[in-house]
Amino acid sequence: MNVAIVKYNAGNIKSVDNTLRRFGIAPVLTDNAELLAKADRVLFPGQGEASGAMRYLKERRLDEVIRNLRQPVLGICIGQQLMCRHSDEGGGTDCLGIFDADVIRFAPRKHEDKVPAMGWNSLHGLASPLFAGISDGEFAYFVHSYYAPVCESTIATTEHIVSYSAALNKDNFYATQFHPEKSGSTGEKILKNFLEL
Amino acid sequence: MGLAKRIIPCLDVKDGQTVKGTNFVNLRKAGDPVELGKAYSKAGADELIFLDITASHEGRKTFAETVTRIAAEINIPFTVGGGINELADVERLLYAGADKVSVNSAALRSPGLIDDIARRFGSQVCVCAIDARLEDGQWHCYLNGGRLRTERKLLEWAKEAQDRGAGEILFTSMNHDGVKEGYANEALAMLADTLSIPVIASGGAGKKEHFRDAFTIGHADAALAASVFHFGEIDIRELKAYLKEENINVRI
Repeated sequence: MNVAIVKYNAGNIKSVDNTLRRFGIAPVLTDNAELLAKADRVLFPGQGEASGAMRYLKERRLDEVIRNLRQPVLGICIGQQLMCRHSDEGGGTDCLGIFDADVIRFAPRKHEDKVPAMGWNSLHGLASPLFAGISDGEFAYFVHSYYAPVCESTIATTEHIVSYSAALNKDNFYATQFHPEKSGSTGEKILKNFLEL
Repeated sequence: MGLAKRIIPCLDVKDGQTVKGTNFVNLRKAGDPVELGKAYSKAGADELIFLDITASHEGRKTFAETVTRIAAEINIPFTVGGGINELADVERLLYAGADKVSVNSAALRSPGLIDDIARRFGSQVCVCAIDARLEDGQWHCYLNGGRLRTERKLLEWAKEAQDRGAGEILFTSMNHDGVKEGYANEALAMLADTLSIPVIASGGAGKKEHFRDAFTIGHADAALAASVFHFGEIDIRELKAYLKEENINVRI
């Protein structure tokens, strides 16, 4: 299978790359529109800050390239946030607008509400073939300070301060706020499911 | 339910092999870091920490190679530390595939290192490790693996590290480390109740109850241990089942 990883300035791709290699897949890391368009699957992972990442994508017209992809696409962490309509990060940034959600920052209500949300949290309301074989309450690994509220594209929720979108899906676009590549056997199963969609 | 409390085995690595010190001396060999890490991951460890205790330049190169091997094989987050003196060390280890780095003496000597790491890679990669010993009612921070005492106090330094951009505090009580009579729960609670970033308890685990107490009395977000896991005294699966029974939110 031909898997492409979107190359951009918030791409922490090492662990995604390692996971795919354990599956026997050698992904190609690219910002080339043609290579991205013809891949069987596209991964859009990342860790970083939304406004700088959006600027980078727009400068290279990768925003249009990503929006026009027709094969299954999986955004991870900041990838999910960038696929939403808008993010409050960096003073407010218009994002790719694939999902009809606005990304906002966690607002702690008490001292135990730590931000960033870092660690393992349980997945609920699983409603997608992406989660085939995954049980309600299984844990995934999250690291983030901003989140997408529950919206009509939500296919999994989790709870930290509020209940929010752990994963989103619209048409061929999928995204997880958590890091499947760091979520043990649960995460590997989710990535395998994505490759089999 | 929210975020689960984390159980973190810590592996000291020297020349590509794991070792564990008791009270920072008396090293005993305990195996291959990659194999051990995989075994812990399978057993339910939530994260792993690998500390490079090699001092030499050659040793540090070996460690980066070990980190690359670990990253290729392990599917849970892991932190690496030991011998990190400057941003270039952080860069090398993150590029090798580590998820986070733990800084200790270098940060205490040059606190700006924490700002630099947070600005460059984000707070989430920066764990500030603090070794402290309770002496005459004061928690003194120590340098160089507990060999050199400073006048910095635990809470004050932890707060500064947080303000500079550390994403987590890993607090080791030198009074409790290796003694196996429980974590420094009072000091932990003081840290956890003051800081807004997660606190990892370290030093003193001997029984399952000690983990429970670190969470319920010490308010820690995660608990680290080494020898009780390495020598099979506590099985991580059993530990988590026990914690769950004690109504602590853990990943099973």
